[in-house]
Amino acid sequence: MDSLMPPPVRRISVDREPSVIPAPAVSENDSRGAVQPSARRLLTRSDPAVVRERMRIESVWLAYGENWVVRDVTLPVRQGEVLALIGASGSGKTTLLRSLNRLTEVTAGGARAGRITLDGQEIHELEVNHLRRRVSMVFQQPNPFPMSIYDNVAYALAEQRPPRGRRRRRTPALEAAVEDALRRAGLYDEVAGDLTRSAQRLSGGQQQRLCIARALAAEPEVLLLDEPCSALDPISTATIEELIVGLRESVAIVIVTHNLQQAFRVADHVAFMHLGELVEYGSSEQVFDRPSQQRTRDYISGAFG
Amino acid sequence: MDGAALLGTPKPAPRAGAVVRPKRQGTSAWPLIDRIGYWLCWATGIALCLIVLWIVVYMMIKGIGYLRPALFVEHPAASLQQSKSGGFLDPIEGTLIITAIGTLIAAPTGIGIAVWLSEYARPAPLARAVESAVDVIAGVPSVVLAIFGLLVFSESFLGFLSEHAANGTVYGRSFFAAGIVMALLALPLIVGSTREALSQVPDRVREASYALGKSRASTIRCVLLPSIRPDVASGIALGMGRIIGDTAIITILLGQTLTTQAVGGTPVLGLLRGTGSTLTSYVFYNSPAGEGNSPQKAYAAAFVLLVIVLLLNALVTALTGGRRLDRLGIGARLSLIGRSFPWIP
Repeated sequence: MDSLMPPPVRRISVDREPSVIPAPAVSENDSRGAVQPSARRLLTRSDPAVVRERMRIESVWLAYGENWVVRDVTLPVRQGEVLALIGASGSGKTTLLRSLNRLTEVTAGGARAGRITLDGQEIHELEVNHLRRRVSMVFQQPNPFPMSIYDNVAYALAEQRPPRGRRRRRTPALEAAVEDALRRAGLYDEVAGDLTRSAQRLSGGQQQRLCIARALAAEPEVLLLDEPCSALDPISTATIEELIVGLRESVAIVIVTHNLQQAFRVADHVAFMHLGELVEYGSSEQVFDRPSQQRTRDYISGAFG
Repeated sequence: MDGAALLGTPKPAPRAGAVVRPKRQGTSAWPLIDRIGYWLCWATGIALCLIVLWIVVYMMIKGIGYLRPALFVEHPAASLQQSKSGGFLDPIEGTLIITAIGTLIAAPTGIGIAVWLSEYARPAPLARAVESAVDVIAGVPSVVLAIFGLLVFSESFLGFLSEHAANGTVYGRSFFAAGIVMALLALPLIVGSTREALSQVPDRVREASYALGKSRASTIRCVLLPSIRPDVASGIALGMGRIIGDTAIITILLGQTLTTQAVGGTPVLGLLRGTGSTLTSYVFYNSPAGEGNSPQKAYAAAFVLLVIVLLLNALVTALTGGRRLDRLGIGARLSLIGRSFPWIP
């Protein structure tokens, strides 16, 4: 496969503008290139006492129609730490992520082989809407519903029978739960003034945090994040990254990212995928500092992707 | 985060005189063909406005001249003298009843069909069949629907919808019959606009809802339908316009009685099983082509018809509202309607 790759275009350090001040957050557009030694990890090592396995992906193959986009991947998903999936476009990481709450089934022709379990139970045997309440997801594009901020979160909280009409019933319990979700997503203080405001008038970063609040509202056990920061500016990105690290003890987190610095900043474990295969899996220090595979080394040094 | 600290205080805005605003771009640099096209687009738009203005103003001048308050409260009477042929209370009533029946049937069915077609559509052959059925109905002239309706509603098992003759023959003409066939007329417009709006909602909105563990049905009810409300409203308004304006179905299926004739003593049901006329059939009847031949009444009624259509459109748009109305309750919307017609106290 490597012979098919174009010759590596390495960034030569002479071309690089000398960086005087280490940037607090590297912009998304600048994600290519080696991980800087100055990149700061947001977290201390995860506490082994709280780490426990929640989901297990065992020899999973995923296809859309006849096209196998994920080939034989085995990975653990643990609560108490953040798992980052990295890899070039088309490496199957988003598909793998979407298969964890069976969103691949929404696309016509989605098929799977192998086992995915949640707490030892095959997810295919769980009721799909119940599974998705336990394994929630945040998407690349902020996609709040065209309702008020309050209703966005309350909708996620409501069981299958949501209150009628535009004006949802506001019971004290519901209000407390909405407030709690907004607080956990670090959005409450910014929007507390008027929760009836349309969610679509929020800034991009606020919208994405609202989506995280919405995903957290139903108290999921696993949170899937599909490039949650790629449409956001560095400041919003930093906010969300801190949020992710802060959440990892209460919920297992899987994040797909194109941004290697981001993976390095937030993840405890990193899985590098290429053309549907899992090339390397290990702690983020190991994958970024001492990659065992040549392809991983090439990817994180910016040789291809 | 410390976003504010990072960005610092903003600089003061430049002086007003230093601001350069983009000038409107002329067409002088365009190729001739594009310029001709541009001016044609412009001219046709203006022409359409002028025609609409002409219709409204002409009908207003003609209509208001003959319009008298008495016309609204008097029942029509068969007379060749314009002074004795009464008003058009019954036709106004008839128009409102027919529109209400037609819309009440067409709106829920139309929305339902559109949602099924765009969100489920399984099995595929059935969906294709439904799709072409809607297209066929949209293409069938209303007079054909009316004749077909007469055939169907004259069946004895549908006798409860109209009047029985003494020998048991079903008359087949009633507000029910006309209203139900009118619903067919409005249906394709409502299906079309709802489907179009649903297809505009990006898939990521649906996925976001599924990812929260919501079923397809609750996604449709709580997320999709509220977000396409303005488009559904405009579909319904179009459908209502179609119903109000149709004459063929009224002539054939409403019995062509000048006044509203209820059947039996039951208050509402009797009325709906009965026959009558609407403003369109009244205008036709009183036009030089009709039996009544009193053009003054025809002009006055035509003007009232026009006003009703315009008011209904404004009402539907305001009630179901564009985005800026998103957070208003019904009361606030009604007051907004009041404010948009300042001449109505």
